Amino acid sequence: MAQRKGEEAAGYRRKDDPPYLYPGYVATRLRAPNKPLIILPRTLSDITGPVYGRGAVGELDDDLTRQHSGEPLGERIIVRGRVLDGDGRPVRNSLVEIWQANAAGRYTHEGDRHPAPLDPNFSGAGRCLTDGEGRYRFVTVKPGAYPWKNHDNAWRPAHIHFSLFGPAFRSRLITQMYFPGDPLFEYDPIYQSVRDEKARQRMISTFDLETTQPEWALGYRFDIVLEGRDATPMENHR
Amino acid sequence: MSPEPTPSQTVGPFFHDALLDRDRSELVSPDHPEAMKIEGAVYDGAGEVVPDAMVEIWQANRAGRYNHPADDREDLSFDESFLGFGRSGTDAGGRFSFLTVKPGRVPGPHGQLQAPHVMVSVFARGLLKRLVTRIYFPDEEEANAVDPVLSSIEDQELRRTLIARDERGALRFDIHLQGDKQTAFFEF
Repeated sequence: MAQRKGEEAAGYRRKDDPPYLYPGYVATRLRAPNKPLIILPRTLSDITGPVYGRGAVGELDDDLTRQHSGEPLGERIIVRGRVLDGDGRPVRNSLVEIWQANAAGRYTHEGDRHPAPLDPNFSGAGRCLTDGEGRYRFVTVKPGAYPWKNHDNAWRPAHIHFSLFGPAFRSRLITQMYFPGDPLFEYDPIYQSVRDEKARQRMISTFDLETTQPEWALGYRFDIVLEGRDATPMENHR
Repeated sequence: MSPEPTPSQTVGPFFHDALLDRDRSELVSPDHPEAMKIEGAVYDGAGEVVPDAMVEIWQANRAGRYNHPADDREDLSFDESFLGFGRSGTDAGGRFSFLTVKPGRVPGPHGQLQAPHVMVSVFARGLLKRLVTRIYFPDEEEANAVDPVLSSIEDQELRRTLIARDERGALRFDIHLQGDKQTAFFEF
């Protein structure tokens, strides 16, 4: 293909990402590009990226159970992990944004028509900055599964959406964290759109007794790796 | 051993409270003397507007310097308050908009300069991973003609999709996800 020039970017592509077109996920059919993608040489435009989020994070933003006057219903959980780059180095002081359904499987979003109860004590949005070791931590409730209209009797496995910046435009990632042992995995085209089984498993958190706090909350660990391993090391990032 | 990357998943339809809780579409104040509006709409393969997308931009400042530690060209003017990052949801008409300044030229491969451009990410329900494109400027014909990225695109129609057009004092940049009018997207 004529478009595939750009020698400097060869080998960059994130090979385990899902394809744009995955017909089982119906919304991809009219939204996936159909012309060949163009290889972009690596330049300053994408090895830089927004240093963004400082000042955007409020004190209780990492605790989704304390954003209202009362406590939300549901199973209280702690989700923690590390954000790493493709060479295994911590991604420090970087914004992590999350959003999720409540314990009944309902989003506060006006577009969510699932007839499950809203929880006046749960909005389902959080953010934090990673620390000097790339660690993050949220307190929330376990989201419920919810139905969607993709196909007959379609249900999404419980998940938390994660949005990450990392050190560069290249490292921007939006993904979903799932919970171990969910029986809905095999029926979910969004989860299944990641073709490699091992790659799919990297989206599943692990139950962690060490994170679990007695008489209070179950703990899950979810480490996130940004960029591919072929990423050029960036010498200057903080 | 290097760790394997976490795969991308769709942003879904319900991200607004988390990602668009405040307006981040203005990179400069409306009274900035060089303020420039970039606006457009996102369309799907059937030509319908996409009302639940999110567009993010990343760009250098007027002098062509990025607000990022990897850009250490200290001879270029720098304003800490210009982050170079913006986010806009699309409305019921699929429309997004940004208020920003035109970026300067930045270095490209092999010591060549790139034409002024803005990096763009598009997220939406039905996009299992983001789409990446670039906005180039219609008043930069000479620089565009030798830009290493633009000139690597041999399909002239596809190449033209990256150049915004002037429209009533604003820059218009529509994003067509699919079809004959599809915007050029980069492999990411």
